Amino acid sequence: MTETALYTRPQSLLDMDMFYCPGCGHGIVHKLIAELIDEFDLRGRTIAVAPVGCSVTAYDYLDVDFSESAHGRAPAVATGIKRARPDCFVFAYQGDGDLASIGMAEIIHAANRGENYTTIFINNTVYGMTGGQMAPTTLPGQKASTCPEGRDPVTTGYPIRICEMLNTLQAPAMIARTMVDSPANVRKTKQLLKKAFQCQLQGKGFSLVEILSPCPVYMRMEPKAAMEHVRKNVSAYFPVKVFRELATE
Amino acid sequence: MSKRVLTSGNEALAEGAIRAGCDCYFGYPITPQNELITYMAVHMPRLKRVFVQAESEVAAINMVYGAAAAGKRAMTSSSSPGISLKQEGISYLAGAELPALIVNVQRAGPGLGSIEPSQSDYWQATRGGGHGGYRVIVLAPYNAQEMHDQPALAFDLADKYRIPVMILSDGQIGQMMEPVVLREESPCPPPKPWALTGAKDRPHNIVRSYLPRAGLLEVHNKRLHAKYAQIEKNEVRAEASDLDDAKIMVVAYGTSARLAGGAIVQARKQGIAAGMLRPITLWPFPTAPIQSCLDRVKAVLVVELSAGQMVEDVRLAVTGKVPVHFFGRVGGGVPSIADVHEKIREVATSL
Repeated sequence: MTETALYTRPQSLLDMDMFYCPGCGHGIVHKLIAELIDEFDLRGRTIAVAPVGCSVTAYDYLDVDFSESAHGRAPAVATGIKRARPDCFVFAYQGDGDLASIGMAEIIHAANRGENYTTIFINNTVYGMTGGQMAPTTLPGQKASTCPEGRDPVTTGYPIRICEMLNTLQAPAMIARTMVDSPANVRKTKQLLKKAFQCQLQGKGFSLVEILSPCPVYMRMEPKAAMEHVRKNVSAYFPVKVFRELATE
Repeated sequence: MSKRVLTSGNEALAEGAIRAGCDCYFGYPITPQNELITYMAVHMPRLKRVFVQAESEVAAINMVYGAAAAGKRAMTSSSSPGISLKQEGISYLAGAELPALIVNVQRAGPGLGSIEPSQSDYWQATRGGGHGGYRVIVLAPYNAQEMHDQPALAFDLADKYRIPVMILSDGQIGQMMEPVVLREESPCPPPKPWALTGAKDRPHNIVRSYLPRAGLLEVHNKRLHAKYAQIEKNEVRAEASDLDDAKIMVVAYGTSARLAGGAIVQARKQGIAAGMLRPITLWPFPTAPIQSCLDRVKAVLVVELSAGQMVEDVRLAVTGKVPVHFFGRVGGGVPSIADVHEKIREVATSL
């Protein structure tokens, strides 16, 4: 009898215990990124950007060159890196507070310039690292530490739909929203990330994949319920959709 | 043969940076430094180098951070209100030990202030400016030639010590036109094994300033401060003139040093033994060069386009051994040579 490994840890994923909370979506997405880096054989020319948020230490898990970035500034840092080293594969991994609040100017202008790098945008509708405060993506009525009675759109506005907003721009090559609520959608997410990688590798310009993801601790739910919440409620407000996609197979 | 041209200080600096091997320029418009970004917009693309007009000063400094992390010579330029916006990024550059050049063509403040020349950002420049307790090397040009020459020094120091370097100029030096001898350069930046290039056949490199594990950040800070001590030991630069027999030592940099120089000539004609110590590095501050004159000078006069900022460093150097006088104008006001001369006479009478 010979044993065949049907599944192994991707080479670009370091053999570390992740510090993310049980049921968090970051680990799933990290693994997909690592698999794609391996599949495209990109480890030797990848530079990633991790801005402030739970995933600021993503370099502890992903075995590629990494730069931290100040809160929200990942699109500017990625612009600097990609312009300096156009032959490298560059991606930024941003959360919703980072990208849609403090870094809104940077993401819009990087997208508008058509910067040829890839943004992986984790939308879990809440600030995680700082302890569950209201994000620009927090759903109406959702409780957070800075909206203890639930988000009131009258005083705090409505959740911002980033993909729809960026889709008004001419330059971006790919804009898509997906979610990691189930094995089937994890596979779909990987396919979309693959397209985004291809966009960059083919020199098409700016690509962004928004991934609806659970944060059980600050969604105040059990992990399974958080997955269901993403599927039923989060995706009801943020429709899962490919807005545009210019990569060729 | 070296070429001599008539040019503005801002353009002289831009050409100097290009000749010093600046690979990437990121900027945002603001007066009185616009000649600089405009020059870069024309010349960097022609040389197939990187020019990006950023959406903000905040974005520009973070683009510098990215390009510097990727191992390239990167710079940005701005003027006072814009430099305030860059402070977050400068703190991150300092924390992550990235080499970069930041140019401040100072204007008057606080707030929006005005576009007139000023030296009121001395504290901000020499005390780090952002959060966290760090240093940047600060160079102070006083004519168009030094505007042209200092980028090469700045990039070399930045690479040598892995530290951001600031050139602290002002609207007058940036705008005025003077003859400049263009540098012949063949820059050779040192190897940067720490840079992000893709982890081909090596462990991955990480550019970071976040050190959340207990004790690591203190170790990192101690290393930074040991580096700063080395810079204080090795990199002080100042120019002494007429100090051998001087009874009055004028300390001034940049535009103030030009005015003081003229005033000293006038004073000497009247038999007043005045001379000048002109700091070229504002940090590290030329403490020792000042102290070496204290056995013969009877008084020190500090001239600044501010209410008195550098004068604090001079007082720390003098430690009360002789009186330290101050003369300055604020809010964009620029004294005449006669004004400074009058102040030197006043100090002379007090001896």
